[in-house]
Amino acid sequence: MSWETVIGIEVHVELSTESKVFCGCKTRFGARPNTQVCPVCLGMPGVLPVLNRKAVEYCMKAALALNCEVSGRTKFDRKNYFYPDLPKAYQISQYDMPIGKNGWMDVEVDGKAKRIGIRRVHLEEETGKLVHAGDDITSAESSMIDFNRCGIPLIEIVSEADMRSADEARAYLVKLRSILLAIGVSDCKMEEGSMRCEANVSIRPEGSTEFGALTEMKNIASFKAVYKAIEFESKRQAKVLESGGRVRRETRHWDDLKSETVFMRSKEQAHDYRYFPEPDLVPLEIDRAWTDRVKDTIPELPDQRKARYVADYGLGQRESSLISDDMDLSTYFEKGIEAGAEAKALANWMTGELAAALNASGTEISSSKAGPAEMAELLGMVAKNEISGKTAKEVFAEVFAKGGSPRKMVEAMGLGQISGEEELRKAAVAVIDANPGPSADYIAGKENAIMFLVGQLMKATKGRANPKMANQLLKQELDGRKKNL
Amino acid sequence: MELYEFGVGQLAEAFEKGIASPSEALSSVLERIAGLEGEVRAFLLTDEEGARKAAAKADGLWLAARKGGTKPSALTGMPFVLKDNICTKGTRTSCGSRMLENFVPPYDATVAVKLAGSVLLGKSNMDEFAMGSSTENSAFGPTKNPWDTRAVPGGSSGGSAACVSAGFAPFALGSDTGGSIRQPASLCGVVGLKPTYGRVSRYGLVAFGSSLDQIGPFARSVEDAAMVFEAIAGHDPKDSTSSPRPVPDVRKACSKGVKGMRIGLPKEYFANGLDPEVRDLVMKAVLRLKDEGAEIVEVSLPSSMYGLAAYYLAATAEASSNLARFDGIRYGLRDLGAKDVVSAMKRTRSQGFGDEVKRRIMLGTYVLSAGYYEAYYNKALKVRRVLKDEFDEAFAKCDAIAGPTTPEVAFRFGERTEHPLSMYMSDIYTITANLIGIPAISVPCGLSKGLPVGLQLAARAFDEETLFAAAAEVERGSGFAGRIGGGAR
Repeated sequence: MSWETVIGIEVHVELSTESKVFCGCKTRFGARPNTQVCPVCLGMPGVLPVLNRKAVEYCMKAALALNCEVSGRTKFDRKNYFYPDLPKAYQISQYDMPIGKNGWMDVEVDGKAKRIGIRRVHLEEETGKLVHAGDDITSAESSMIDFNRCGIPLIEIVSEADMRSADEARAYLVKLRSILLAIGVSDCKMEEGSMRCEANVSIRPEGSTEFGALTEMKNIASFKAVYKAIEFESKRQAKVLESGGRVRRETRHWDDLKSETVFMRSKEQAHDYRYFPEPDLVPLEIDRAWTDRVKDTIPELPDQRKARYVADYGLGQRESSLISDDMDLSTYFEKGIEAGAEAKALANWMTGELAAALNASGTEISSSKAGPAEMAELLGMVAKNEISGKTAKEVFAEVFAKGGSPRKMVEAMGLGQISGEEELRKAAVAVIDANPGPSADYIAGKENAIMFLVGQLMKATKGRANPKMANQLLKQELDGRKKNL
Repeated sequence: MELYEFGVGQLAEAFEKGIASPSEALSSVLERIAGLEGEVRAFLLTDEEGARKAAAKADGLWLAARKGGTKPSALTGMPFVLKDNICTKGTRTSCGSRMLENFVPPYDATVAVKLAGSVLLGKSNMDEFAMGSSTENSAFGPTKNPWDTRAVPGGSSGGSAACVSAGFAPFALGSDTGGSIRQPASLCGVVGLKPTYGRVSRYGLVAFGSSLDQIGPFARSVEDAAMVFEAIAGHDPKDSTSSPRPVPDVRKACSKGVKGMRIGLPKEYFANGLDPEVRDLVMKAVLRLKDEGAEIVEVSLPSSMYGLAAYYLAATAEASSNLARFDGIRYGLRDLGAKDVVSAMKRTRSQGFGDEVKRRIMLGTYVLSAGYYEAYYNKALKVRRVLKDEFDEAFAKCDAIAGPTTPEVAFRFGERTEHPLSMYMSDIYTITANLIGIPAISVPCGLSKGLPVGLQLAARAFDEETLFAAAAEVERGSGFAGRIGGGAR
């Protein structure tokens, strides 16, 4: 039987506000443990939260950029559970009245556009961070808590279960990150935990409209891991069903080292969070004027960027999507153009040679040694016929591996194209003399024989000849001999 | 007349005129405390050294003022007491619980900051986490009623009420979630005010029922209570639920009289369960208001009988969440015998909380649990809305609502501890003001069997002016102002 995978994704993003969501503490990452804390974020007895307006605006901004309805009246609720990193033993969150709801985002996978629903975007507070002297909280000799993170504003973005493949899930996350970076509400660093995601995966027979039992996967620390976890989990579920079993609704843990998901807890063991309205905060009224003001601060988003790339640079739909959907690719592309690269050539390289090299080496484009400036320099030399396309690829490989200026590399390696006519003419004569047969064929009217001679000339010059010029010179030389016959 | 018998207004005048200094007033109350505290046990902590320092500083300020310097605020140098659920930086705040027996807050409550110029004598006893009506739920033993030490002082702010009643301090602060200021004020024969919800900052008050809690004053006269109210009220940026409305001049309102004021008597407040003597004293006081020009109208609050039930759903739900932070991880009691984090939390909470607190946490947890929220918590919210509508209707016919503060005078120790519901009944008249957020005050109106009886007045939200005008009139009629607890004399 063939199965369809159904995926929904929950993303948590730390907002990059100066201060925390309910107190004035700083939010800087990497500060000494427990130095950015106060009685409020430590949940001391008697303290009260005061809502950070900026955090509300950032959440609204994200919601608006994801085409959500932004409600006029919202409120906060308490989500109650015990855990040492949660000092009040409840998290202030939003239960039934999120700031944003019913939004959507378009992604493109394999040239096909797809709309993914955004169920809700809500604001809540971050927890503290546990550091265990051991593997986990149950087996550790001791555990320590850093509350610096506690109270940093967090938004949760919940998609509809609209994705049908790991590729779509990845495209969704890439574009979501790109949007959030564009509007400047978060630095979205998965490695620092400022962006985290959980995937809900279920499968169903192809063509079915019913949903299967879903599993929720936690501890996914990179986009690559999301992809792998979804692939693994859909295969695992298929195996369970094909062997006559039943998929249980449960939470599973992604083990990145072993590349597998493992059972964490069942639905029955799930918390009853006992949500109720947060009595320490008054309901939040968001009027139209405020929403409009926030809307005005939203800069160009990926979709608009794509349209601009097509209109201004003549890029194709597909490569335009590929670049504009990814904030890092867009940044690279625009910096490259700023440095003088020709847009189409740059896009070609980015989606071809560069993408392949990044993929093969597992490098992020933002840390590529062949940066936008280097790429612009390289493409400039190709455009001016200073090097051939073939040479450019060699130089690119060198720059990608070691860094440095492509121009200097060309000079050092003596790879500059021979464009001096005299030098090349000498070489052409030598090739003709060394290949009397094909030369005679050409003179006898077999024009195709010139291709062989061009090839020989390129070989003789180690590819440094301009092919067009080589062709021209060989013809001139042979045509001259024909006349003299 | 000894200095400890002086009220807030009298002491302020004495300080201003140089008749007495804050240090002299302090010595007088300390002597009074030394003589009677062994019997009354109103304090969980006294800070004589800190008080002496603060008084000496205030001495200088009043002296400088008399020499032409700026006049300090009226409460400067005034001895006072805080209920032990109001956080004081560097001074233990236990909430009457083993859980916080060694908890020293790193910050001051807003009301403590506002009273920084006054002289803090100590922290008063209370029912654990403000849950109770007699102080019998204090983990550190009960406080006695200064009028009769066999009787309870009421609760949960019983320690603060007893301090003021016994002459330990001219004023004290308490907190009122369902009557915790008004009921002990009534039982101890002092004035106790629960301000409008949002009038006084809750920042630093260890939360019990966040949507119900309010801090308010105890004093031996209505005008004294007015002075304290003015000092602690007002918007606080640290409390999002505090109101930006300007604080009225309630001290001035005390001399306004009640001519033309419409006083509503809810018939439901004078029905079954009300002690006849209490009823007679309250009615006499009401008739005196009529003599002074007030118009007495009958009003009806038919749903007030559901108030108690709604209260025990709403308050316990919030409490179950508010008290969840006491898990032994960061401060307070911690059970060191546990082998893992879950059992450490369980054991800490099992040992740290008393029976009543556990009862309410369990009740509140149940009320909020999946499948029951609609039936209980949401139902309670609906009752609150209905009650508000009924009060709005009543306030269309009258300016203040009068009735007894409690159904009976102070009961004996142990009389109700076995029957939580009978204890809860003690708050039957007081809880509605918390459920709908309106201000209410208890003012003594006489003695029954040698124990004080309190009359409660309630007014529209933020109309403390009317409340004080009417309360002052009741006080003038009863002649109770300034009286110090009889039994402990």
